[in-house]
Amino acid sequence: MATVVIQSLRQVTEKIRPPRALVVPFRHGYPLDTPDDPDRQHAVIEAALKMLEDTDLQPPAIVDYVPK
Amino acid sequence: MGELREFPLKYRLFLKIYPWRRSGSVPWTPLQKPLKDSRLVLISTAGLILPDQEPFDKSIRGGDCSFREIPSDVDASALIDTHRSDLFDHFGVRQDPNLTFPIDRVQELEKKGRIGSVNRRHLSFMGSITTPKRLVKKTLPGVAHLLKTDAVDAALLIPV
Repeated sequence: MATVVIQSLRQVTEKIRPPRALVVPFRHGYPLDTPDDPDRQHAVIEAALKMLEDTDLQPPAIVDYVPK
Repeated sequence: MGELREFPLKYRLFLKIYPWRRSGSVPWTPLQKPLKDSRLVLISTAGLILPDQEPFDKSIRGGDCSFREIPSDVDASALIDTHRSDLFDHFGVRQDPNLTFPIDRVQELEKKGRIGSVNRRHLSFMGSITTPKRLVKKTLPGVAHLLKTDAVDAALLIPV
């Protein structure tokens, strides 16, 4: 099973080294950006899904999410 | 970005000396089929439960390592935030549980054909577990069996 994790604490991500991690620039407790904003939540999820599809990534893959 | 320096001093000191678990090599499983044909599961540590589910036991030292199954057809607004941590603002998840358990969003992705299907059940854990050894040894084998039984292809994990 392929996994991807959405993380808000890069320092923790670098210590744990999950296979794929999308590091988001949002405050702790807000991993999908904004409540009641499906578009912004979809944007984060889509970035995570793209990591699952990216065959060039090598473990541990840590990608910074940049909101549009 | 969330920064450890945002945390109160006692937590920063705890995290500074915390013995983070890490394996020698990073496990890596490629996606076995296109996402449009894959089954996705959500795994969240937001401590969300349904009204009729047993609450997580906050008295367990190191954290309650059990999990709750959340059915795929759940009404997200029915989910209750029981996360034990006071390290983050709970307002967002209480306003919209999709913020940490995006069940409505992945249902929409299934309808659009972006993913093959949403698994029939999802897993909700308590966060801030400080005894991961117990979690790994006692809980995760059952989780692996459950996900294998469900023929899940991919997991979206949202730790809180």
